[in-house]
Amino acid sequence: MATIVVDGVEFEVDEGQNLLHACLSQGLELPYFCWHPSLGSVGACRQCAVIQYADADDTRGRLTMACMTPAKDGTRISIQTETAKQFRASVIEWLMENHPHDCPVCEEGGECHLQDMTVMTGHTQRRYRGRKRTFENQYLGPFLNHEMNRCITCYRCVRFYNDYAGGTDLQVFGSRDRMYFGRTTDGVLENEFSGNLIEVCPTGVFTDKPFSESYTRKWDLSSAPSICAGCAVGCNTFVSERYGRLKRVHNRYHGELNGYFLCDRGRFGAGFVNSTDRIEHVGERVEDDFFDVLDVEVGIAKLAEMIRQGDVVGIGSPRASLETNVALKTLVGEAQFCTGMSSAEESLVDLIIQTQRATSADIPSLSDVESADAVLILGEDVLNTAPRVALALRQTVRNRALNLAGEAGIPQWQDAGVSSHAQGRLNPLFIASVLPSGIDDIAADLLHDVPLNLADCGFAIAACIGEATGSEPDFVRKAAAALRSAQNPLIVSGTSTRTRAIVEAAGAVVAALESAGKVPRLLLVAPEANSFGSGLIGGGLDMNTALQRVASGSTKTLIVAENDIFRRAERERVEQALCTVENLVVLDSLDTPTASLAGLVFPAATFAESTGTFVNYETRAQRFYCVFEPRHEIAPSWRWLAQAATDAGRDDLGWTHVDDVLEAVAASPNMAGVRAVAPDAGYLGSSLCKTPRETPRFSGRTAMNANVNIHEPKTSVDEETPLSFSMEGLNRDQPSALLPFVWAPGWNSNQSVFKFQQEVGGAAAGGDPGVRLLASGSIGTMPARSASVRSDRGGVDTGFRLIPVQAIFGSDELSSRSPPVVERSSAAFMIFSPMDAERLGATQGMGVSCSVLGATFAVTVDAAMKSGYVGVSVGFTGAEGELPDGLIGLAVDPNYRPTPNPHDRVIARG
Amino acid sequence: MSEVSQLIEALSVEEVDAIEAEITHLPNRESAAIEAMRIVQEKRGWISDESLRAIARLLGMSTEALDSIATFYNLIFRKPVGRHVLMLCDSVSCYVMGCDKVRTAVCDQLGVEMGETTPDGRFTLLPIVCLGACDRAPVMTIDEELITHLSADSIPDILSGFD
Amino acid sequence: MVTLSTKPLTERVEAVGGVVDMAAYENAGGYEAARQAITKSEPEAVQGLVKDADLRGRGGAGFPTGVKWGFVPKGDAAGPGHKYLVCNADEMEPGTFKDRYLMEMDPHLLIEGMLIAAFAIGADKAYIFLRGEYHESFKQLYSALADASEKGYVGQNVFGSDFSVDLVIHRSGGRYICGEETALLNALEGKRGQPRTKPPFPPASGAWGRPTIVNNVETLCNVPGILKNGVDWFRDLGIGNDSGTKLYGVSGRVKRPGLWELPIGTTIREIIEEHAGGMQDGYKLRGILPGGASTDFLTIEHLDLPMDYGSIQAAGSRMGTGTMILMDDSICPVAISINLQHFFAQESCGFCTPCREGLPWLEQLLIDIEEGRGQPGDLELLDGNAAFIGAPGNTFCLHATGAMEPLLSALRCFREDFEAHIESGGCPYRERGH
Ligand SMILES: Cc1cc2nc3c(=O)[nH]c(=O)nc-3n(C[C@H](O)[C@H](O)[C@H](O)COP(=O)(O)O)c2cc1C
Ligand code: SF4
Ligand code: FES
Repeated sequence: MATIVVDGVEFEVDEGQNLLHACLSQGLELPYFCWHPSLGSVGACRQCAVIQYADADDTRGRLTMACMTPAKDGTRISIQTETAKQFRASVIEWLMENHPHDCPVCEEGGECHLQDMTVMTGHTQRRYRGRKRTFENQYLGPFLNHEMNRCITCYRCVRFYNDYAGGTDLQVFGSRDRMYFGRTTDGVLENEFSGNLIEVCPTGVFTDKPFSESYTRKWDLSSAPSICAGCAVGCNTFVSERYGRLKRVHNRYHGELNGYFLCDRGRFGAGFVNSTDRIEHVGERVEDDFFDVLDVEVGIAKLAEMIRQGDVVGIGSPRASLETNVALKTLVGEAQFCTGMSSAEESLVDLIIQTQRATSADIPSLSDVESADAVLILGEDVLNTAPRVALALRQTVRNRALNLAGEAGIPQWQDAGVSSHAQGRLNPLFIASVLPSGIDDIAADLLHDVPLNLADCGFAIAACIGEATGSEPDFVRKAAAALRSAQNPLIVSGTSTRTRAIVEAAGAVVAALESAGKVPRLLLVAPEANSFGSGLIGGGLDMNTALQRVASGSTKTLIVAENDIFRRAERERVEQALCTVENLVVLDSLDTPTASLAGLVFPAATFAESTGTFVNYETRAQRFYCVFEPRHEIAPSWRWLAQAATDAGRDDLGWTHVDDVLEAVAASPNMAGVRAVAPDAGYLGSSLCKTPRETPRFSGRTAMNANVNIHEPKTSVDEETPLSFSMEGLNRDQPSALLPFVWAPGWNSNQSVFKFQQEVGGAAAGGDPGVRLLASGSIGTMPARSASVRSDRGGVDTGFRLIPVQAIFGSDELSSRSPPVVERSSAAFMIFSPMDAERLGATQGMGVSCSVLGATFAVTVDAAMKSGYVGVSVGFTGAEGELPDGLIGLAVDPNYRPTPNPHDRVIARG
Repeated sequence: MSEVSQLIEALSVEEVDAIEAEITHLPNRESAAIEAMRIVQEKRGWISDESLRAIARLLGMSTEALDSIATFYNLIFRKPVGRHVLMLCDSVSCYVMGCDKVRTAVCDQLGVEMGETTPDGRFTLLPIVCLGACDRAPVMTIDEELITHLSADSIPDILSGFD
Repeated sequence: MVTLSTKPLTERVEAVGGVVDMAAYENAGGYEAARQAITKSEPEAVQGLVKDADLRGRGGAGFPTGVKWGFVPKGDAAGPGHKYLVCNADEMEPGTFKDRYLMEMDPHLLIEGMLIAAFAIGADKAYIFLRGEYHESFKQLYSALADASEKGYVGQNVFGSDFSVDLVIHRSGGRYICGEETALLNALEGKRGQPRTKPPFPPASGAWGRPTIVNNVETLCNVPGILKNGVDWFRDLGIGNDSGTKLYGVSGRVKRPGLWELPIGTTIREIIEEHAGGMQDGYKLRGILPGGASTDFLTIEHLDLPMDYGSIQAAGSRMGTGTMILMDDSICPVAISINLQHFFAQESCGFCTPCREGLPWLEQLLIDIEEGRGQPGDLELLDGNAAFIGAPGNTFCLHATGAMEPLLSALRCFREDFEAHIESGGCPYRERGH
């Protein structure tokens, strides 16, 4: 700690931290642009100028950039001195020379950091008389608008995009006062984290394209804290709405998890909430694909009758909340309940939980991931299955630069100095994967092979950590040596290749490191937002058994909650079951192949219209809150189930509030912590109000429905949650789990987030939200290698073995029904080795048809693919479910026309 | 394989060799970015999008990253230039010695403004900062030749030497 | 007793009457100093000599060269990898034409200086960062380097010793800012030539993150003489407090513009009147930019100042590169300020706000004043902005500081001209027919 004096007042701050960071952490107001807590300082904008005094006798001092100056014991500065204020106003004046005065039509208006800083510095009078420079804008793809005239050259975009996120196609061009931030030519920004530019850019250069298509000012958005439904990382988000439509998703800072950044699947994948495919009414099927709307009471009565008749099997879902899953499980009973994961996936998730229990270390949070100093990725393509993990791994390897800088006496926040000194030296990351991945550029070494061989490689590394024989392959030896000599080794793996042995191998590496006296971390991912919640709840039936049971005719009623079973098992199995069962009841938000076979459908609320809990890969239970009240008859699935059960005379589902369900959830094994995730509905903040979803400047509440009814409706009272559908109350001083949006006086942009942190970049005020359900410490034993059947590889004549390949845009069910994600994703594809492609007579871009999957796939050729195997885009048309085992015949489809690639669209510049 | 042949199509063997030779003096390939562009420009006059892509691939960097470098430097041309590049010094010593009049004479003679290329593709006119021949001001270079002690009157003669 | 040279930088050129080739250079005792140092001496001893000789950087900042060399970590402290010597031959400061002369006329002198410097700091890689437009310098250096390599003076086992150094010419892509030593390092690494933050300082972490010394051409050319003739000789060459000779240049309306090697500390008057032959007939001297475009104007009252670091600084300017530009009475101070500010605005790297946005605004204001659109208050606007942009530390690097030196001093020295423009709504000089 160091004591610094700011305008005569003493503050205790972190020694060596830069003064801007230190001042903001103390709640002092000091404008800035180019500095970012995650990106460090570069001293480009000169906005954070303060006067620094040599000592107590120095009365003149000299101007210095706070972000570039370390806090030392006795440092004396002034923010308020006239010269400093004038200089900061001058910086704004310089920036404003060319900045367009288009705030009224700018999507950033009202949450613009430049607006805030302009007001803060007090620059009001324009003295520049020249013309403004203008630029042409570029088409950057479906996610982002580009309006270069608004640029203030703070460099944050390229520093985030290139240095932080590893992108290469967004750059700075030109020099002097003609700096251009964009691409060489129009085109889709490739990086998977491009959406963060919206929040990183302090003005309106990069704005949210889907949002601007039906735009609302920030102050007119109602928002609630939420959890991303895109994958098992569980990034914290702010979800915002207006007029009952989801408008946008922003990052909600979480110190241990997502920090300041989301991936593009998460940010742009929520559009399915507004889909025209939404199920909005209770319906009864009268003939194929044709449903009659039922009165709610009638629908519930019908379901109640089925429940009364008994013989009900329930299939839950890893994409549904804990609440819904527990409700269904309670309704049908453990023995009749299936988690809704595929059998293969469920056994893998069980294996992961068993493995995690057996390790001595906690499951790493993403900030733990970033502090690792050697990493092995075994068989998991995290960039496509848990994208935010990949972004964290980029920081893990970059930590080498921070260490080198530390040794050279360069402050860690001195971003440019750190990288010019490090010259690209990275912490070691080893990737053993089926195919090249988007983070290969940061890998120390790569190995590409089929899943079982990757598992072998993992076991070999484990053995080599114990004792090297000297005859190991290079990759194995190097990886083992790096992990062994690391302080904080990390192993990353997961379920996506559906290979038990890979997870077992990851466990073996961890066990070997533990035997070698290390405290290794193990990060294992599963695909969905609540995969781990489902795993912890468990069920008496696995998917294949459940389907078999149903298909055998012994089940009268099958209730499926928020699940498309066709994605969970092979088509035939599913069809057999769903067509056999007498009553198929589906609760879901979107029309799916499963829903279309149902006799009775209930409209389920999405994460945006309901309140519930997801459990992420860390087994962190996190609450998402209803952002807006669902339209029509849409309601949370658990409520439909509870009502019908109560109607049927059951007394154990008499729940009216989420809190009631949560009490039931908390009673289940492993779930004790869920009540503590967030306050109960009755919680009132320090203002003795509920936490408002609307901003203090929310406007037009009385007018927004005037086209329908000129009477001002009473705002509905939210009895479910500690949040209100109104503007009264404070967004500040709330438990972090309740934070509905960031805003603080003078700070209308998302930069106000520092007002909601314990210190800049530290834990959220009041602690980072969420409760880990699995206690740390080694419980049970590390699963040993199970016997796996080694099957022969395939070939053109015999048929191929299929290996699942994941895609960030397209493999996930819900996000791939969001329009911008659809536009960004490719057609279903298969990846061949060059030799197989040649033998098959297929070249890049041609189509191959597969009769087993009943679909055609675009051909991709990759030299890393092993002959006899074919990578298949899972989750895409034709490959939605589990891929079939065995050798699968493929043939070139002469009629295949690749769907026109939306990326190639020529869009007028403007 | 096809990549190499594509590369060769966009860059000549001599160019690739010269760039590779440059790389041997440097700790990594990207460090040769500026020299590589100079080498190609010497042969072709400018750096086309195609050349840019080929050089980027040769150096193992993205086209955008190379373009970012290209557009920073005054002497890397990302637009086609004429057969001769005339760079007229407009810095302070030449200014004191009357380079404005020389510029007017050059522009009048060629019928284009600074920054432009004559319609017949003979000359591209560019301003240049101090050429380090201030004792012989005003000065200019045409291609690699330094021409000193300019005056408005001497321009027609000088230009006629370049076709 | 041998009479020692008084013009160690230019005597051979004068003797030969043209480019000094390998034979001529060796005839004049060339490469002896390097041979002696590398085969018989120790790096620390060489550093000591240069430090004792009080050689100060001739690139503009005047930092003591031996002291700078001493910052390079030695032995294990340097860690594994190369150490670099970089010769700053980017000469782009308007009005400066001294390094070009040395490289074109006596390239072996620079090569020898670099050999000794590389030996002194333990560099195994040396680069000449050469201005891209200096085609003749490139040719001369290239062939001299080929000759030197052939003789085994550069490359592996220099002079048969176990010291090896690679010497490579890097031609710049062309930007003034690349002369700034940290921007130069980025440019050398093939990146955008933007300045770097300090720390790290180049001697600790420079090119490719390794210890690096950047020295100006003229600085390095002084090194062989010091080793050959000794510390005392070098110290005695200077007239005042500084040591050695200096290449002084004059451009503008003088009778004999040119470049001369003179004892450091020669007065401005002597340089202008004796060596440059005084002003051309019909022109009167009004202002002097003593050491390039980025130094403050001096006026005729400063003519008797010695051109050394301390004296010029005391008068409120900088010796800079020592090549002065004279402003005569036909030149409008506003117009010359436009010319200067245009240069600095164009050559701004664009990284930091005050320089990127401030300089073009000031140029615009000056154009307004020159063209009769000046308004009351414009001079105060110029004063205020220039003071903010010009204070060292307010911008990221010293480019903008350098840009404001001639402007702030012009506003001070020629204020009445600026005022007259605004009052009369135009440029009085143009009306006078200039
Ligand atoms: C904007 C700017 C441009 C510069 N240009 C040059 C240059 O062209 N040549 C040079 O030798 N030094 C130049 N310098 C000075 C260098 O940064 C550095 O101080 C010098 O090369 C060190 O060499 P010395 O110690 O031998 O003088 C420049 C400095 C600045 C701030
Ligand atoms: S002062 Fe700033 S913009 Fe100007 S050259 Fe230096 S870093 Fe670049
Ligand atoms: S925030 Fe300090 S210079 Fe930009």
